[in-house]
Amino acid sequence: MSVIPIDLDIYDSEEALVQGLMKGERHACACMLKRHAPRVYAVALRMMGDADEAEEVLQDTFISACKNIQKFEGRSALNTWLHRIATNAALMRLRKRRQPQISLDQEIETLEDGDMPRQIADWSFYPAGRVLDAETREVLEHAIASLPDALRSVFVLREVEGYSTEETAQLLDIGLSATRVRLHRARLRLREQLTPYFALAETGAETP
Amino acid sequence: MLSQLSDCADDALAAEVCAELKSHLATCEHCRIVLDTLRKTLSLVRCLPDEEPAPLPPGVEQRLFDVLGLKEYHPGG
Repeated sequence: MSVIPIDLDIYDSEEALVQGLMKGERHACACMLKRHAPRVYAVALRMMGDADEAEEVLQDTFISACKNIQKFEGRSALNTWLHRIATNAALMRLRKRRQPQISLDQEIETLEDGDMPRQIADWSFYPAGRVLDAETREVLEHAIASLPDALRSVFVLREVEGYSTEETAQLLDIGLSATRVRLHRARLRLREQLTPYFALAETGAETP
Repeated sequence: MLSQLSDCADDALAAEVCAELKSHLATCEHCRIVLDTLRKTLSLVRCLPDEEPAPLPPGVEQRLFDVLGLKEYHPGG
């Protein structure tokens, strides 16, 4: 099969791209994937903490977007619309993943001994500007991915995606108090995991 | 105490509890460090959505094009 190169300049504005998508132009679909798939995949990976499932969420997102493009009203940016579809697709998979377990959210959740801070080193002056370097970003993403599902989903929605605690509880269909406890636990665990890396980095020593 | 530190890191603590906590922090370096590094953790994490995303891993992009029936396009182009 001959290969068609993707010319991203054909659609010089988002409006033109959306019009192309609505007309069912295959090249518009290819352009949308090329432009937006990396960000959608980043969201999916953060939510799922697993590369295979993130890929499934990525595919679900664009299958759904192509099928429902006529419903896109342009009130938000295409990127925001795709982001919302990806978050919903990830949440659906996380709920399915939770089903075989006994309703975790009905247990009384509290902070546990394992949440106690053990790493006490002050790296709060670690110099990080608004733009993170690739290594810092990777360290953060890896630490988030290593949180257990129940903590990671709350943390990502609340801290990265910017939902309120109440919205996070609703999206995950868990109680408000469980949401708050999981948020505290996730923050403490993440701080704990990041401390050895950033404390070393701040002193200028070679990072692990 | 730990949940208060977490709330304080987010400025979500009631003023009077925060004042109590602050008087404790003035004498407890351990808790002060935990609070400061919790705050730093959150400030770093909250930068993530604005970051330019990494390119898709090898194969992921090609499979995405395949699943959407766009096999004739070369994603590297």
